[in-house]
Amino acid sequence: MVLRLLSKQGTSTPEFRLAIIAVVVFLAMAALSPDRFLSSQNIISMAFQFPEFAILALAMTITMMTGGIDLSVVGVANLTAVISALILVNFAGADATGAVALLWLFAALGVAVCVGALAGLFNGILVARLGLPPILATLGSGLVFTGIAVAMTGGSAVMGFPDVVAWIGNAQLLLVPVPLVIFVLLAAALHVILTKTSFGLKATMYGANPLAALFAAIDINKLLIRVYVISGVLSSVAGMVVMSRANSAKADYGSSYLLLAVLIAVLGGVNPYGGYGRVMGVVLAVLSMQFLSSGLNMLQVSNFARELIWGALLIFVMVVNTTDWSRFGKARSGH
Amino acid sequence: MKLWGRQALAAAPDFVFLGKCTMSKDDDDTFIELKGIVKQYGGVTALDGVDFRVKTGKAICLAGENGSGKSTLIKILVGVEQPTSGQIFVDGKPYSHVNPRQAAASGISVIFQDFSLFSNLTVAENIAFATQLSGKKRLFDRGATRRIAQEALDRIGVDIDLDARVETIPVAHKQLVAICRGLASNARLIIMDEPTTALTGREVQALLGIIRKLKDSGIAVVFVSHKLAEVLEVCEEVFALRNGRNVAEGPARDFNAASLTRHMTGRDVPEAKPPLNIDQAETLLVVNQLGKEGAFEDINFELKAGEVLGISGVLGSGRTSLAKALFGLVAPSKGSITLSGKNIPLGNPIAATQAGIGYVPEDRLTEGLFLTQSIIRNVAVGRFDHHRSGGFLNLTSLVDEARGWIERLRIKAPDYDAEVKSLSGGNQQRVALARWLSQTPRVLVLNGPSVGVDVGSKADIHAIIRELADSGIGIVVISDDLPELLTTCGRILMMKDGRIDSIVMAGEMDEIELAAKLAS
Repeated sequence: MVLRLLSKQGTSTPEFRLAIIAVVVFLAMAALSPDRFLSSQNIISMAFQFPEFAILALAMTITMMTGGIDLSVVGVANLTAVISALILVNFAGADATGAVALLWLFAALGVAVCVGALAGLFNGILVARLGLPPILATLGSGLVFTGIAVAMTGGSAVMGFPDVVAWIGNAQLLLVPVPLVIFVLLAAALHVILTKTSFGLKATMYGANPLAALFAAIDINKLLIRVYVISGVLSSVAGMVVMSRANSAKADYGSSYLLLAVLIAVLGGVNPYGGYGRVMGVVLAVLSMQFLSSGLNMLQVSNFARELIWGALLIFVMVVNTTDWSRFGKARSGH
Repeated sequence: MKLWGRQALAAAPDFVFLGKCTMSKDDDDTFIELKGIVKQYGGVTALDGVDFRVKTGKAICLAGENGSGKSTLIKILVGVEQPTSGQIFVDGKPYSHVNPRQAAASGISVIFQDFSLFSNLTVAENIAFATQLSGKKRLFDRGATRRIAQEALDRIGVDIDLDARVETIPVAHKQLVAICRGLASNARLIIMDEPTTALTGREVQALLGIIRKLKDSGIAVVFVSHKLAEVLEVCEEVFALRNGRNVAEGPARDFNAASLTRHMTGRDVPEAKPPLNIDQAETLLVVNQLGKEGAFEDINFELKAGEVLGISGVLGSGRTSLAKALFGLVAPSKGSITLSGKNIPLGNPIAATQAGIGYVPEDRLTEGLFLTQSIIRNVAVGRFDHHRSGGFLNLTSLVDEARGWIERLRIKAPDYDAEVKSLSGGNQQRVALARWLSQTPRVLVLNGPSVGVDVGSKADIHAIIRELADSGIGIVVISDDLPELLTTCGRILMMKDGRIDSIVMAGEMDEIELAAKLAS
């Protein structure tokens, strides 16, 4: 019914569908458990929860725009978190305060972003120069990154940071959680990159038709390497948020975030074959997922069932997005 | 459309070939007749009372420019679209519309331009696929597959390796496989969409021979094309459409290429004249001893400013490899290319572009255009880096520039933000041209500039080529469309087995002599 209404109005863009889904999920959860879901405590808690995987979804978005994918995002996030954590623990220590702690925090963040960029460069070289399929290249590199993190920590969590580290993940700026601020800034930056820069438009067009991009003399290698470097940097930022919120770093944190990031990007209308995607759509998808996730939590649905729901949702959304509903309607009315 | 083709073929039930069909008394040998077909899409009238008739064992030319309604008519004929009004008679029985299954069951088979073959299956599997699927058997029968395929191939008297994978066989053979697939599912009418665009002169002749055989065995053929002069000789009847109406019909012998064109376009398309004397002009491109193993060898030529140089040769003569090498898409192993005395690095399209060489590829849909992207973006893609200020794109100046080119090339589009795939072939080709022109190239390599473009647009594109040459751009036209080469080019390099076999000056030869030379 809703779908038919949409196609008749000609507003069947993925973003429009998403806005409706987000509102419907929000209303449904609010109706099922109004006291708890609509409480300010829950709203703020949600605002702290989603930025970390939402940032990973941004990384997924830019790679998917080129028809690729980055399955190493969680690996990169954990590797950068582990390296930063080791710096913080070994050089600053839990007791560091004031300028010293702040200095080491900036050093750790700087190293994290550099490591993220290097990891992205590695992915980019595998995909662009060596021509490996992105899905396999990043599946492999993700395991490599995770493996390095395990080797560095022996598999256990690294903890004992200066107090200032917790600020990134837990503080509020004028009531707005810091992770949310970081996500909004990154999302805005990605939106500008994709729509207002030569690089962003080229990446979109490459995704629409790689062969035509070659014939249009676009420097494809440079383009893809930049895409994966950006993805790596975004992943490292997500790693920092996770590290701060957990007040520790571990090689296998956030393993369910990979599926979630893919799901959000696809739900957000990003075409997994490349050539289309809007950051606005991804933001709406993030909200829908968080509403759903919190709601299910309140309804005391188990974590295992949640993964099942996410997986099913991913397939459902891809089916909805790839089916031409107007043709479907016409065929039915023809009989 | 593509999907439909497969479904319909797969759905074709057993059908006894010929003999079983009962003809009504008044229509002795008319297989299919369409009367007063009207088709409206929303407020747009695509067909306005069109009549069309196919007789058993006859070949018919359905001529019309892009947008004339010929595709719509075919869609109605095969049941993909339902007419708004009008009647369809199959074997004399009236229908208000047919559905794809009925059309397939009555033996109508369509061969689309891309042939819709399964490129990773063998020749035999492709031919027998539909028949095998429609049978009741659950298991795939390799012996039967080969037998069905061999029978079909024998009927048109060609010999193709049954076990070859379709992706490895030449284009002309793919077309034959598509014809055989129709035969294997007992087609009585084979509709061929743009059958000659991918074929060289000699292959067209071979195709015509096969069409004659099909007709002798009682199969009707409809050619849908805007390059009809080539197939006119095997046709009995011509139907020409313009703007959704019949504008001419009659025996094929009453038509020739010029009169067909006049009917299709409603105007006389003037024969283009080669550009003026360029002897004094600056030499732009010098190709010296260029060679690549297995593709071409020993290529030497010069191109002057304002010159239009043709390169022709049959498929596999190395013309496309050479064209790509000029633009760096193929890396030659020896030789050099210089532009105004400056050496251009080989095998690097970006360096070639920066040096001022542009390349419009042969296959617009897969190589040339970003189909799902807007017209503006498709034009502007080469200019992104030139409209930057402080890291950001200056979208206003970028769009203004692209609009300027869209208007200069008279690209007909209701909305420049529409996807480029919504345009007709001729307009799409102009978008590809506009992209390169906006980059002010000094040398433009056009591979098949008017492939799949209607007659009117073709003349326009030839006029654009001449204008560009007059403005001092050196142009290389790679084509096997001989009239095109003769009307646009001053010199034509004839390639054979990877070498330049001879050089023909414009005016030295007419089309027939050139065709003989090409086929020799």
